[in-house]
Amino acid sequence: MRTPNIDRDSAPWWDALRAHHVVVQECRVCTRRWLPRTPACPYCGAGSPNDQPISGLGVVYSFVRAHRAMSEAMADEVPYTIATIDLDGGGRVFARVEGDCVIGQRVAPEFVDHDTWTELRYSETR
Amino acid sequence: MNTTAAIAGVGYTEFSRDSGRSVLSLATEACRNALDDAGLTAAEVDGVASFMVMHDSVHCQAVATSLAVPELRYVLDADLGGQAPCYLTGMAAMAVATGHARNVLVFRALNGRSGPRVGGMEFHGPGGQYRYPIGFDHYLMYVGMWAQRFLHETGQGELDLAAVAIAQREYAVRNERAYRRRPLDLETYLASPYIVEPYRSDDCTVEVDGACAILVTSLDQARDLRHPPAVIASSAYRAGPRSGLDIGDHLLWDDYSRNYTSLLRDELFGRAGVGPSDVQLAEIYDCFTSTTLVGLEGLGLCERGTSGAFVREGHTRLDGALPTNTHGGLLSEGYIHGMNTVAEAVLQVQGRGGANQAPRHEVCAVTSGAMMDGSALILTADR
Repeated sequence: MRTPNIDRDSAPWWDALRAHHVVVQECRVCTRRWLPRTPACPYCGAGSPNDQPISGLGVVYSFVRAHRAMSEAMADEVPYTIATIDLDGGGRVFARVEGDCVIGQRVAPEFVDHDTWTELRYSETR
Repeated sequence: MNTTAAIAGVGYTEFSRDSGRSVLSLATEACRNALDDAGLTAAEVDGVASFMVMHDSVHCQAVATSLAVPELRYVLDADLGGQAPCYLTGMAAMAVATGHARNVLVFRALNGRSGPRVGGMEFHGPGGQYRYPIGFDHYLMYVGMWAQRFLHETGQGELDLAAVAIAQREYAVRNERAYRRRPLDLETYLASPYIVEPYRSDDCTVEVDGACAILVTSLDQARDLRHPPAVIASSAYRAGPRSGLDIGDHLLWDDYSRNYTSLLRDELFGRAGVGPSDVQLAEIYDCFTSTTLVGLEGLGLCERGTSGAFVREGHTRLDGALPTNTHGGLLSEGYIHGMNTVAEAVLQVQGRGGANQAPRHEVCAVTSGAMMDGSALILTADR
């Protein structure tokens, strides 16, 4: 498995996942939330966004299911599903979804610890 | 002074699985063929424009050197993907219109099959960390993510994607340049396994080695050259709001069911002085089948949610209301990253489409790109 190329903007996201929390950026001015992490609000341009802890719960906006690995790193993982998830309260994340996946389905996060980083994964809420 | 620009010639190399040649050699051949086609020599070229992804091609300077161009007055090396061909053509037209250059070659060259393959490239920069580690790592997954939402929202499905693959293959069967020429029917399509749902192999462009070039000049000069001019009536580029950190990042894009085509439509048509109903044929960027559908709807050539039925009913065929992707598209002719989409539009407008010549070919819409940003042209006959 590949590891993320963590940078100065993104470190808080990965640090939080390592501690099994989810944080998104939230604008001090317009209060919108978003990922991926950026130095300023992509909606209004205001600087110094807050880090907002969230539950990570969300809804599947769209998904693809890989039946063939597109890279060597994923050869042992197929088939698997990657979804775009609308997070409760705003913001989106790309994540793997275990089990069934359809558009509009509610999903809950789990934390998968790899050697040097922690992955946010999802499965259907029970 | 007439400031209108036109395309006077096109050039290709063979499209193959393994060219056995350098990218510079491919680029040089395609550019030389475009010049020969127009009836110009390299001595008359003073501008070159091209694009590449992750350094998979050669700089314009190298091609100018290889062609023995005496001097360059205009150069443009864009770090862009499929959004680029119409955009660079528009830039070349502006250079010509403002007197910054007289004759501009626009090309794309790549060993896209035997060398670095664009679809699976890992882009540098901050966007990749949210995709590659989790296995969201290929273009067919990115555009597939949009396709799933598009099909969901518009009530369309696999039969609509299949129709695109089948209709375009019919053209490719008659196109000697095309890489995939075996006839395709629905049964064969449906029997083929998913690669990444919703896409099967025939939903995806075929990556090839090759190059393609066009020659942009003034309309006045084009009128004196070998073939009828393909007039660049308008060009437009658009990146919508929050278009992301790189060309694979779409986390901040609100609506996966609509791409740049719906954003640039009014500007594109307005500048050309025509409307969607005036378009007689379309060459829509099609890295995947769904992109053809989204483009037809985005440009207003079909109502939203009706593009699949439009294709299934045969309207994009040669005898239909709007012949579309008459070379077989990137799906079947091969992935020269949309440069060949522009070249096909030129041949059609010039009336040189051969077995695939559309009967009405005075107004052609062309697009470049699939998702957040892209570009388009209206090419017209010299009217």
